[in-house]
Amino acid sequence: MNLAEKNKIENSIEVKNLTKKFGDFTSVDNVSFDVRKGEIFGFLGANGAGKSTTIKMLCGILEPTSGDATVGGYSIMAQSESVKRNIGYMSQKFSLYNDLTIGENINFFGGVYGLEGEDLLKRKKWVLKIANLEGKEKLLTGSLPTGIKQRLALGTAVIHSPTIVFLDEPTGGVDPIERRNFWNLINDLSAEGTTVFVTTHYLDEAEFCNRILLIDAGKIIAGGSPKELKEKYITTIILEIECDKTIDALTLLEDSNYFDSTTIFGNYIHVKLKENTREDEAKAIIHKLLSESNIKEKRTDKISPTLEDVFITLLEKKD
Amino acid sequence: MFTRIFAIVKKEFRQIVRDKRSLVLIFFYPVFMLILFGYALNFDVTHIKMGIYDLEKSEFSREFIKTFNSSEYFDIVKYINNPDDVNHSLDDKSVQCVVTIPADFSQKFYSKEKTDVQFLVDGVNGNTATIIMNYVNAATLGFSQKISADILARAGGNIKMPVNIQGVFWYNPDLKTTEFLIPGLIATILIVICVTLTAVSIVREKEQGTIEQINVSPVSPLELILGKIIPYILLAILISIIVLLLGAILFGVQIKGSILYMFVGTLLYLIACLSMGIFVSTIADSMQVAFQLSTLISQLPTNILSGFIFPIESMPWPIQIITNLSPAKFFLVILRSVVIKGTGIETFWQQFVYLAIFALAFLTIAMIRTARQRRTV
Repeated sequence: MNLAEKNKIENSIEVKNLTKKFGDFTSVDNVSFDVRKGEIFGFLGANGAGKSTTIKMLCGILEPTSGDATVGGYSIMAQSESVKRNIGYMSQKFSLYNDLTIGENINFFGGVYGLEGEDLLKRKKWVLKIANLEGKEKLLTGSLPTGIKQRLALGTAVIHSPTIVFLDEPTGGVDPIERRNFWNLINDLSAEGTTVFVTTHYLDEAEFCNRILLIDAGKIIAGGSPKELKEKYITTIILEIECDKTIDALTLLEDSNYFDSTTIFGNYIHVKLKENTREDEAKAIIHKLLSESNIKEKRTDKISPTLEDVFITLLEKKD
Repeated sequence: MFTRIFAIVKKEFRQIVRDKRSLVLIFFYPVFMLILFGYALNFDVTHIKMGIYDLEKSEFSREFIKTFNSSEYFDIVKYINNPDDVNHSLDDKSVQCVVTIPADFSQKFYSKEKTDVQFLVDGVNGNTATIIMNYVNAATLGFSQKISADILARAGGNIKMPVNIQGVFWYNPDLKTTEFLIPGLIATILIVICVTLTAVSIVREKEQGTIEQINVSPVSPLELILGKIIPYILLAILISIIVLLLGAILFGVQIKGSILYMFVGTLLYLIACLSMGIFVSTIADSMQVAFQLSTLISQLPTNILSGFIFPIESMPWPIQIITNLSPAKFFLVILRSVVIKGTGIETFWQQFVYLAIFALAFLTIAMIRTARQRRTV
């Protein structure tokens, strides 16, 4: 087995110079990347960055303008029918039939993937189990809450045990607890060897991915594991400040020109120090600035950077 | 392949059955159309309201009047006594025609002179007026012949017409409009239901995004189309049976010919109609547009261009060519041959061939368009 052959088996998806244009608008611009077998691959970007377009091309429901990709070893240009047999797909749009019962939906999608008899029954049980809907198959699907619907949708998307599953913003509109449950499911799938290709704009979710790719305006701007990305792009210290009058404090710190960047994070302020600034030095300055303006400082701590910090840094660099 | 088609068929059936409101509409529509067209759209002219302006009032004139009164075609509703009333009665539509019998009616007759009787007919509706005139002529001719025969008999002679026409109407001897309309109604009802239902059912999946989930699956365009068509074929066959039964019960229309030909013809027609529906679904992006477009391309051509109501032979030739775009035109020939005439395949095999070509062509177009759409969503 030579290296090229070995590579082919190790990679579930290989994308080469993939481009999609809609008239004058280039949605995906000459994108190339690989996804390894069994990993959770996060595809990140703002709305309209080209995430869904890329997924649709990889699933064989949208023809690329140029370039090609192999998914599970099959070309999306020449063998899209083989691609379809080997993948599962679930989109942000809820795509089960609301007017069918849970059981009927599972039967339908099982049938669509050619499952019947014993096999179908076995997989149906499995789907009901992971969606936590055992014994409720007679319920109309439309009556379920969003979070449970999404779990059921994921179950039906992988009813035929595909080697690769594409999830296009699967947790949109789902509450935090259900989101966690959903990610547990994704982890289980990955542990069983399924490659998970997931897009999201929740950056905290991206932390769960083995590797991520950041896309902006159709171009890849960074890629790697969450740890690698943080180490590569965040070389300076980040401090988190908790204080009252957050907005006033933000303006004050921004105007001081002492820091590389200041951002609001919920109720906190994140300040990124300039290169060569020491932590204690910065803390002292923050304390001085805030107390001069009668802002009560509750705490200032050094924090490990989040992917959100990485993302903001990258987008600022671009501007 | 069959697992996949069967899964779609089953799903589609479930959705049809679950949507109770649409289901009621699907079955109510044929009944409604049948009753509406069967009873309201009637070209038969009977019970013509007749006014009599008898200036003579003799035994002979009364005998003449009796010839009209004794048939179901005329109802004498009014005896008029002055000439102004003649105009008024026609103006206010209390009568459709007026017979004016001159004061010297019997006198002229007995003196063996030619007698003129005046008929005034409301000519606003040309068709009806012509029919009334024909009835009146026939009635008067009959009366004249009877009188001549009586006179000759009294003189010991026998009347002999040089040429006697024995007119017989074949297939529909009573010239009943319903016999003629029921096949057309079947064609209209089926095309409207088939085109609308398939188009809306596919566009609904587009609107709700469920089509995307099917598109990423290994289901091929042909499998999808077959899965969508089969449930509606069965539904449409059920509706055809209901319409035929209603036609038999309400209007006494019975199938004279072979049920098998009827079935094959209907099947070909249904496939053509359903393919049109799928074609519409590839154009329309919302259910509303799909519905309007379906009604437009199904109902209008079927009512106007198929020969259902207006005879194709009397249309100008460019329109006659356009009528070929309506599958109902060909289905109607088959239906009328089988239902009314009871003739064999030799009279309508061409229509079979044409319907088959039509169905195949539309199915192919629908499939190509569906396949192309799946790569450009």
